Amino acid sequence: MTSADRLECRDLACLRGERLVFKGVSFALGAGEALRLTGPNGSGKSSLLRLLTGLGRPAAGMIAWSGASIFDDPDAHRRRLLFLGHQDAVKPWLTVRENLSFWAALHGAQPDRIAPALAHFALTAQAELPARFLSQGQRRRLALARFAAIPAALWLLDEPTTGLDDANVATLEALVAEHCAAGGLAVVSTHLALKLPGAAALALTGASGQQAA
Amino acid sequence: MSGFGALLRRDLRLALRQGSDTATVLAFFLIVVSLFPFGVGPEPQTLSAIGAGILWVAALLAALLSLDRLFQADYEDGTLDYLLSAPAAPSLLVIAKCLAHWLTTGLPLVLLSPLLGLLLNLPSAAYPALVAGLALGTPVLTLIGAIGAALVLGARRGGVLLSLLILPLYIPVLIFGVGAVEAAAAGQGFRAHLLLLGAFLLGALALAPFVAAVALRQAAE
Repeated sequence: MTSADRLECRDLACLRGERLVFKGVSFALGAGEALRLTGPNGSGKSSLLRLLTGLGRPAAGMIAWSGASIFDDPDAHRRRLLFLGHQDAVKPWLTVRENLSFWAALHGAQPDRIAPALAHFALTAQAELPARFLSQGQRRRLALARFAAIPAALWLLDEPTTGLDDANVATLEALVAEHCAAGGLAVVSTHLALKLPGAAALALTGASGQQAA
Repeated sequence: MSGFGALLRRDLRLALRQGSDTATVLAFFLIVVSLFPFGVGPEPQTLSAIGAGILWVAALLAALLSLDRLFQADYEDGTLDYLLSAPAAPSLLVIAKCLAHWLTTGLPLVLLSPLLGLLLNLPSAAYPALVAGLALGTPVLTLIGAIGAALVLGARRGGVLLSLLILPLYIPVLIFGVGAVEAAAAGQGFRAHLLLLGAFLLGALALAPFVAAVALRQAAE
């Protein structure tokens, strides 16, 4: 993570099927900054986050990392990002530790970060339990533990608080703050009043065009 | 490369824990092959003549049976999105999944085939060609199948669609696989057949992962 890290979107438009989800979305995010994404259902928060991962292509506009389009070098972009979608992608037949170890190994993270990451989201007691015995909130915490285990410059979190209790929402807030303090970038979509001190805000309102505040 | 090893180990571990895929495929193979003596009559000459074809067609259908699950579980629980946004190249991850699939379904088929050859009164000279042919051919079935499995993600009744898409593509493998066994049974050399199957394998290994990765990205969008 260097101070030159910068995520910039200009005049983004997104189509889903034939429908225009949003257009004219622009924002810029420097090292150590977070962006909170809000908006009613269907306003395109998830679609925007998927565009930022490179999983989808914008219908118009550009997404750049430190000045270069992320679609010019998708391999480099994947190496710097960590994404959380709506689904937890927890394999019920693997233990909690095995689930997290797989993601850490997939991203080339150090195995010694697994135990602290599980402890961070209070999953140490369940570490050897098959994940099919987890509650929904615990599965969410396991998905979030990836962010404590895997170093990445850009965090993209889509409704990360779904199913979390207050204590774990606070844990997540602290984790994002720590990430930004270390020079990382984060884009978080949320309905809740997730406390992200100093975060910029972007409200999506639908296809009529938005401005970053 | 860390992503390749991680996904391979995870898929093997999942297959081991669940165990049902391997068992289903082997049981299907066994049942289809043992239906033929009832259908065409138990005369040793008849069975011996059509044995190679029966074994190959049954192996092909058995491989197909497990292929529609290749990416389906990862697609349904959201894993696919995370795999496609992970550092490893998507085509490399497809190869890892195919290798795990072959080790848990293709390889057991290869190992079981001589036993079923006995059931069909296959001449003893034919066994090396049967095993070697299946060893080269079943990975091709998996790789071609991966393209189909990626294409039908999200489709209703994907399994049926998958059969219609990829069974025609299996015909060359079938022809040369059966050809090798028949040549060996007739006392001729079967090296040319195996070389062609090997060429199919190299071609599929070079092309299928890229095509499947493109199809997966389409499914994720």
